Amino acid sequence: MFKKILIANRGEIAVRVIRACRELGITAVAVYSDVDRAALHVRNADEAYHIGPSAAMESYLNIQKILEVAKRCGADAIHPGYGFLSENAEFAQACADARLKFIGPSAASIEMMGSKTRARQAMEKEGIPFVPGTSSGVDSVEQAGRVAAKIGYPVMLKAASGGGGKGMRLVHTKEELGSALEGAQSEARRSFGDGEVYIEKALLNPRHIEMQVFGDQHRNIVYLGERECSIQRRHQKVLEESPSPIVDSDMRRRMGEIAVRVARTAAYTNAGTVEFLVDENRNFYFLEMNTRLQVEHPVTELTTGLDLVHLQIRIAAGERLPFTQADISLRGHAIECRVYAEDPDNNYLPSPGTISLLLDPSGPGIRLDSGVYEGWTVPIDYDPLLAKLIGYGADRPQAVSRLARALNEYFVGGIKTNLPLLRRILAQPDFQAGDVDTGYLDRLPKSEAAEVKHEENIAAIAAGLFATLERSSAVANDGRGASTWKKVARADALRGIT
Amino acid sequence: MLYEVSIDGKDHQLQLDLVDGGWRCRLDGLLVTVEAALNRPNVLSVLMNGRSYDLKRELTATGMNIWVGSVCYEAQIRDPRSLRGRKDGAGDDLSPRKLVAPMPGKVVRILVRERAEVEAGQGVVIVEAMKMQNEIKSPKKGILQKLLAAEGSNVNAGDVLAIVE
Repeated sequence: MFKKILIANRGEIAVRVIRACRELGITAVAVYSDVDRAALHVRNADEAYHIGPSAAMESYLNIQKILEVAKRCGADAIHPGYGFLSENAEFAQACADARLKFIGPSAASIEMMGSKTRARQAMEKEGIPFVPGTSSGVDSVEQAGRVAAKIGYPVMLKAASGGGGKGMRLVHTKEELGSALEGAQSEARRSFGDGEVYIEKALLNPRHIEMQVFGDQHRNIVYLGERECSIQRRHQKVLEESPSPIVDSDMRRRMGEIAVRVARTAAYTNAGTVEFLVDENRNFYFLEMNTRLQVEHPVTELTTGLDLVHLQIRIAAGERLPFTQADISLRGHAIECRVYAEDPDNNYLPSPGTISLLLDPSGPGIRLDSGVYEGWTVPIDYDPLLAKLIGYGADRPQAVSRLARALNEYFVGGIKTNLPLLRRILAQPDFQAGDVDTGYLDRLPKSEAAEVKHEENIAAIAAGLFATLERSSAVANDGRGASTWKKVARADALRGIT
Repeated sequence: MLYEVSIDGKDHQLQLDLVDGGWRCRLDGLLVTVEAALNRPNVLSVLMNGRSYDLKRELTATGMNIWVGSVCYEAQIRDPRSLRGRKDGAGDDLSPRKLVAPMPGKVVRILVRERAEVEAGQGVVIVEAMKMQNEIKSPKKGILQKLLAAEGSNVNAGDVLAIVE
């Protein structure tokens, strides 16, 4: 087993991995940029080392610097978290070359799945269903037009190296195709350094359902159940749950077996996720494979009873999967919501700043994976994810009610968050009925219409009481032990109005 | 304690008095008694007629947000007897300064004659509002240049009562 693991990440996922290291008796090493000196992952780690300026390119994406620190501190493995270098084949290879274990799949697996067109070619060869379209980049508008005419509009243009909604265009008609292709290609070139764009048929408001897989270094691969991730804003997930309200055991088995086949084609090891688009007739199509631990892994942990980060570390250390597919059974229902520092009523504008007050929820069936604390300043330099709040219950209604209850306990002051939006989603009858697809958030009405305000009176009284009680407690600090009566009298006397 | 409170842009008058360990609140026409505990900065527990309110405050650039449960109200508060935060409270000691009525009320007494010398903080006019008498004090040492208020007259918030030079 490893003795010391360097976590090449920040925020809640770094804290999550540090916790797993602690639980396994492994020394946890954090790295941080200028602006993250006081971040929670630095405070929680056993050791922490500075790796550069705030810009991610010069710190959390700086392969040389991270490897240098790992060697200097004597780490024997690196956990990349998600995002940053987690799906960077060059980094995985550089770790291997430096005799540091990369906790994740091999560089070759990452490389194969990193290009969506290459992955589609592999799936084509394996006979795995994927969304109809090209399995390589299109070279010209003419070629794109021919393909689009064959599969039928609307079509989706996608960057082969893309992710997070960048380099993506929905095209409804032939006329839009030329400029959309140009836009997608240049955005892909700018964002990923690769202008390759392919075409696939656009499924209208599909569901996004993914399957967790896990492989060890002894050719065992299992699936650990699906996650429904249809609630998204701008192609980024907001709320995920397991199991999916529309997946029954037969569909789960079929999806799971295909996911395992996908992983096998890449000789996959460690944690991975196979994403599918699902149409209204519950047909599912391979979309892509994410070669890392997902943000939403806690819902799978709760329904399987497994700790995926422990498992990642054990498997990277060479251990076998401690169970077979037959041992996996799902129990209960889990829903995660992502708490972002952003303003959902203002086009999801990021809202960095100092957290002036933080009240965390707790209680039955609640798990909070947070990367922040009261008094800390959320920097503008990185992803706005603050924390993940997960509700677990014996069934979906209980999970929903626990999560809704916890969202009302949760308070983040000083910055804007999407907590009001999350509360609203959980209160919707269609969400409660499990009736969701990837167009859900766009259809949800804005909050102004929905919010009922009828407690101005208590708000006004509270404003006055805050001012009054604060003043008397300030005086109380001078006159220790004085009664409330004396404090108030003294406060008035100080103001010269007695 | 007397405050002017604005909630989501609507102005209210609030008077708070500590009576038998509870707070008697007169909000515009409404009279209620509540129990209040400030447990930590920005977190207030209020019990009103047996109902428990957990209230949070966020200070903002322009004032504050008061959260009642999951609903947010934009609030501003002013203590009419405090000179802090008033526009005319700023400026140097040489220029003339206005005394303004911090809230609507009735001028019940005038304490200083026109052209008389006043000390900084000396009471000049007493305005009564919501059964509370509030002394409007001179912001600086000087001469009471002009007296615009008359005993018995009604004034609105922001009316100039006197000018000290």
